[in-house]
Amino acid sequence: MISRRDFLQASMATSAIYGASGFGKWSRLAAQQSMTQEKLLEFDTFGNVSLIHITDIHGQLNPIYFREPEINLGVGAAKGHVPHVTGADYRKLYGIDDGSASAYALSHDDFGALAKTYGRMGGLDRISTVVNSIRAERPDALLLDGGDTWHGSYTCYHTEGQDMVNVMNTLKPDAMTFHWEFTLGSERVQNIIDDLPFVALGANIFDAEWDEPSELVEPYKMFERGGVNIAVIGQAFPYMPIANPRWMFPEYSFGIRQDRMAEMVAEVRAKGAELVVLLSHNGFDVDKKMAAQVSGIDVILSGHTHDALPEPVLVGETIIIASGSNGKFVSRVDLDVRDGRMMGFRHKLIPIFSDVIAPDAAVTAVIDEQRAPYLDQLTEVIGQTDSLLYRRGNFNGTWDDLICDALIEERDADISMSPGVRWGPSVLPGQDITREDIFGVTSMTYGQSYRTEMTGEFINVILEDVGDNLFNPDPYLQQGGDMVRIGGMGFDFDVSKPMGGRASNMTLLKTGEAIDPAKTYIVAGWASVNEGTEGPQIWDVVESYIRRKGTVTVEPNNSVNITGT
Amino acid sequence: MNLSRRQALALGGAAVSVTLLPVSFAFAASDASTAEIAAFTGGATAGEGSIELTTPEIAENGNTVPIAISAPGATSVILIADGNPTPRVAVAHFGAGAEPMVATRIRLAGTQNVIAVAQMADGSFVKTARAVKVTIGGCGG
Repeated sequence: MISRRDFLQASMATSAIYGASGFGKWSRLAAQQSMTQEKLLEFDTFGNVSLIHITDIHGQLNPIYFREPEINLGVGAAKGHVPHVTGADYRKLYGIDDGSASAYALSHDDFGALAKTYGRMGGLDRISTVVNSIRAERPDALLLDGGDTWHGSYTCYHTEGQDMVNVMNTLKPDAMTFHWEFTLGSERVQNIIDDLPFVALGANIFDAEWDEPSELVEPYKMFERGGVNIAVIGQAFPYMPIANPRWMFPEYSFGIRQDRMAEMVAEVRAKGAELVVLLSHNGFDVDKKMAAQVSGIDVILSGHTHDALPEPVLVGETIIIASGSNGKFVSRVDLDVRDGRMMGFRHKLIPIFSDVIAPDAAVTAVIDEQRAPYLDQLTEVIGQTDSLLYRRGNFNGTWDDLICDALIEERDADISMSPGVRWGPSVLPGQDITREDIFGVTSMTYGQSYRTEMTGEFINVILEDVGDNLFNPDPYLQQGGDMVRIGGMGFDFDVSKPMGGRASNMTLLKTGEAIDPAKTYIVAGWASVNEGTEGPQIWDVVESYIRRKGTVTVEPNNSVNITGT
Repeated sequence: MNLSRRQALALGGAAVSVTLLPVSFAFAASDASTAEIAAFTGGATAGEGSIELTTPEIAENGNTVPIAISAPGATSVILIADGNPTPRVAVAHFGAGAEPMVATRIRLAGTQNVIAVAQMADGSFVKTARAVKVTIGGCGG
């Protein structure tokens, strides 16, 4: 008799052979230049349950360009394992041909050129088409939104998330969990959640005063689909009050709360759950650790770290699904649940090539309706770029280099800092930069840009502190963002060292002198988590800079020397 | 029985007397916590056993970190913040019939170990510790 573990592994191998993990197949067909909607959506319906996962849309209603990271270093046990594999290594791992549609969608090389061939990805109207197609095959499929949905664009900022709520509601999700949503402020989040036509989940969302489960959300919800009792447990981003301004949602506490998760799994199993799904905003490495430590979770739908993986990762008997960001992908996971347990799965990371998948006209109309009042503002051309503008990567992207240059010049600073967030679409060389593009990489409810004095010692403390949030070998101590971006200063960074020993050789670029720990420098930055931060909004700073330059060119940035990889 | 923490606190208030000591920045020594533990145990060695410490992995706010100790069979516990200038944070004595658990908020001066030592009914001592990280934050993905 085959054990469940063997079955899962056999199923995984079978998936790969049949391309039922979807991958080899769309890679091949893309290489043949014969991408069609039918082929992208082709899926041999399997088992009795279907899950549809989308996460980290960051306000992107319409198709975008989004370059995946070149540098995504893993530390400790994660070193060298997905999602910490990029570029040629990633393509080799999954059998992706250079220059193929898959290479464009999932890796960073030749992004500017490939983007012109394969076009923008995403768009909630295209995603609706995909969801409808899956529901046509499996009418009771669960659509689960991993959060970071009501954040990240001009319209999202000006409507306080209402644009995303209105459009997502047309897709009829079954459940959702959260992160940036809370930066809309407690009251706004409460109001939206009160009116949501689906369940808001977060087993780790607690009342900060009493340290008891919050009444705002449910920890889990039981669904009966395909004759199977399914528990969907939610896990919001654990470190919201640390990574984002806690003064904006002081009533709430989060945290990993592994014991609570184990309790919830036991509780839903006791209630008869035959399939336990964790809708998570933990980040991939945290999910891997949680899967290893908390038994009884069948599927983790992983969000937060924006990783797109064409095959599930197996930890014990748990499969972890990573569905990318910004609307570029939707994961479909079909499961065979029998005799009260998961016996096998079939999975496909569906790439939303916006020129191939037809938009759902009804949803397009709702999207256009959200944008109509702001269209003139959105589409205004501020300047042009000669360089590919992107953000994603552990250390610096050209968008951040541009933002850091803008802060130094517009705010007359020695050094500038930009947060290592992972959202923000790309702009291709030769393209216009619109106001919408600027908001795509800056939009937030605490976007004021500060100008302050910091000692060299304090700048070092910031590098070490943020660096440890990214490179601590214990995933439970990682916050899932990237390294703070620095303008005007170079440094060496050894990711393998413990906190306090990673950053060295800090140099003020404009003089070439070593940073003096005792000396004070003028530092401009934005997205401070401190209440009462004063200064112009970062998008106005960046707009003013681009307007002044007309055409921006971002030179290669070699000011961070990374070692210990 | 499903008791909420609000109710538990209300019920437990009568049976548990907690001494909360203010955290000051006076005397600091790396072995101060060792001395406090020795004073609590009278020099006896604390082993591992029936004591559980619940802390966040990373403090949401270093000025008010929720900490809970549960030590079934204990008559008293001491809570030590190893890296604080004054490591002894609290001592709780459990009266007869009281559930030997205590939850409070403490201030942590920085990333450090939080230690709990319990005296059991038979006079023996058990000990546990957890690291709590205090960070300046920012930069979430």
